Parts: sequence; C-alpha cells; structure tokens
Amino acid sequence: MYFVVAGAGEVGFHLSQALLEAGHEVTIIEADRRRANFVQDKLGSIVMNAAADEGRAQMEAGCSRADALVAVTGDDAKNLVICQLAKLNCHTPRVIARVNNPKNEIVFKTLGIDETISSTRVLMNVIEQELPSGGFMPIMPLAGTDNEMIEAEIAPGTPPAGKTIGSLRLPSGALVGGVLRRGKLMHADDDTKLEVGDRVFVFGATASESEVRKALFG
Amino acid sequence: MNVVIVGCGRVGGFLAGLLDAEGHRVSVVDIASQNPARAERAWFPHLPPSFKGETILGDGTDLDVLRQAGVERADAILALTEGDNRNLMAAQIAQKIFGVKRVIAKVNDPVRAQTYRKMGIDTFSRTTILGTLLHAMLQDDREVGEVLIRKSLAHEEELAHEPVKVR
Repeated sequence: MYFVVAGAGEVGFHLSQALLEAGHEVTIIEADRRRANFVQDKLGSIVMNAAADEGRAQMEAGCSRADALVAVTGDDAKNLVICQLAKLNCHTPRVIARVNNPKNEIVFKTLGIDETISSTRVLMNVIEQELPSGGFMPIMPLAGTDNEMIEAEIAPGTPPAGKTIGSLRLPSGALVGGVLRRGKLMHADDDTKLEVGDRVFVFGATASESEVRKALFG
Repeated sequence: MNVVIVGCGRVGGFLAGLLDAEGHRVSVVDIASQNPARAERAWFPHLPPSFKGETILGDGTDLDVLRQAGVERADAILALTEGDNRNLMAAQIAQKIFGVKRVIAKVNDPVRAQTYRKMGIDTFSRTTILGTLLHAMLQDDREVGEVLIRKSLAHEEELAHEPVKVR
C-alpha cells in the first residue's frame, strides 16, 4: 500500500520506518529542513521538505493515489487541516489523525475525521492495564465506526461473578465476544457462567462505555 | 450582538474595540504568552483602554475555553489568530459543534481559504484582500478601495483620540 505520512517527528519517523519494513511505500512530508535531512539520511530519499498543510505539497506527495494519509505532527489544528485538505482536494480514501489533546477525539469525529489516534489515551490504556484494581480497559476503537472493544477482568463481589453472561445488564447493542479463563480463550454465549479472574472482551458503542463498566463492576 | 473573537492581535484588538464601542457584547480569547510576571489584562495589549468586554486566557481551539467565552450564546465568532489552521479549527468547532450562525476565519493561505469557503466557513485571506487593494491603489482605481480607505482612516482618527490608560 502507499502511505503519505505528514510530520517526521519521533512518531512520524518510527511509523514510517515500520511501514517500510512491512513492505509498504511511504512518502514523508516534513516542514523543517534539518529534520527532513536527518530522516532522509536514515530512511532514504522518501522525504519531501514542504509544509503538509499546503494543498500543493499534498498533490506533489501523491495524496490522490495514496491508500492513506497519516497526520502525526504535534499540532492538533494542523493535523485536522492536513486530513481535511487531503480528503477534500485529493480524495484520499483514508485519513488518520494523531490527536494530542484527548478532548479533540470527539471534535475530529464531528468534523469528519473518523480515525484518530490519541497518544494520551493509548498511554492511559497501558497504565490502566498495569494497575491491579483497574480491570476495565477500552482496548481499541473499531476503525470507521463508533464502536470499541473493551477488556475487563471479573473482580470478586461484582455483579457478574458467578452469574451467566445472559444475566449481565449490558447496554443494548453491546455483546461479549469471548472469555479468557486461566489463559485459555473460550467461546462465550448467554449461558456461559463467569468466574472471578475471567477476562471478558466486550464489543459495544464507545458512547455506552460507562454503562458497560456499570454492568461489570456495579 | 454577542461576539466571540479568538486571537487578540492587532486586528482582533481593533475589531473588538469597534464592536464594543457600538454596544455589542464582546469576549476575546487569546493564548497566554510565556511571561507569568505580568497581570492578566496586560496579555491583551491591543485592546483599547475603553474596552468593557470579557478577556479569556486560553487556547481558542479548546472546547472548554470556547464555552467559557460564551460561544454557546454567541451570534458570531471570528477566528483571527496568526495560525490559519487554528482559525479553521476554532471556526469549525463553533459552527459544527456549537451551532454559531456567523463564523468568519482569517486564512492567509488563499488555497485553504477557498477550500473551506466551499465547505461553508466564511474565510478571508489578508493576502488576497490587501494585495487586491494595494494593486487598485497603484492603478488609481478609485472604485475598489475608496470607501474602505475612508472608513479605516476615520477609525484611526477615533483610536488616536482615545485617552491612554495605564492598566
């Protein structure tokens, strides 16, 4: 696939490197000349020294034939405009924006950018995963939809402990896709009885996350 | 009219002063500069001393800052910071999330200005407006600039006679 990466900071650099290693074609657009030269020395002549929020630079980078554009500068407003311009002017089929302020995830969605990556949220997820009492963790959004996957560990004294999945008071539309019990993945249906320590994987609307939490933890 | 102005540089400060003097309710938002030793009012050096509206320190692309500035009951918002992208983001938030009717963004890059105008954001580019005006003046084309120049000279006169107040 062909990717255009806007911004060659740490995120853009390592992302491009990983995409290249996976066999993809990549063009990086970076406004800072010294940074552009540095990345060019490391990754080869795939770097364009230009401002990614200029329509002309996007055209030259081949956004109209790209499979996806990923905007990963440290500036949310810039990432938003880069993605919108690529969509409007180059008809890039898939645009993905890095969001630095987590509040902007919802803003970007409203403004037509469906796929966002929030480093803050990713870090929060990792931290929550490490916390023993956490046990509830939105793992990832399901790309292109308003749904997400949540992992939760059944704790003692919570409503689901010892009960069946069918009796959980999950919000409508949410479903349990599987259960991990003592390291073994199990099929989950309404009659599956949950035990303390089970890790359940719930799919549901991002907006109803707090209801899922309530159903699992009371 | 309730007006929110994001970005209080020379243009933002000038416009805020005009609207305020006409009796409109104006709030201006500007990001904090990096000098904590100065008092809050001093962050807005381009506001005229007589300005009676609200000043809010913060990022005009932040939902909560915009709420604080009263965007929910604003009749109009003008995004006039130095950054085209920030202006476009603030304007779109105001229009699409808060439903502000009149949304104007300063976008100096003519390409971006045109793209977003097609999307329904009222954009204007200082580059093309000022360039066109200067071109007309050089050509002695009176029609294009005369009204504008007469009005702006009158505003300059008013500003020059405002008493200077130490804040």
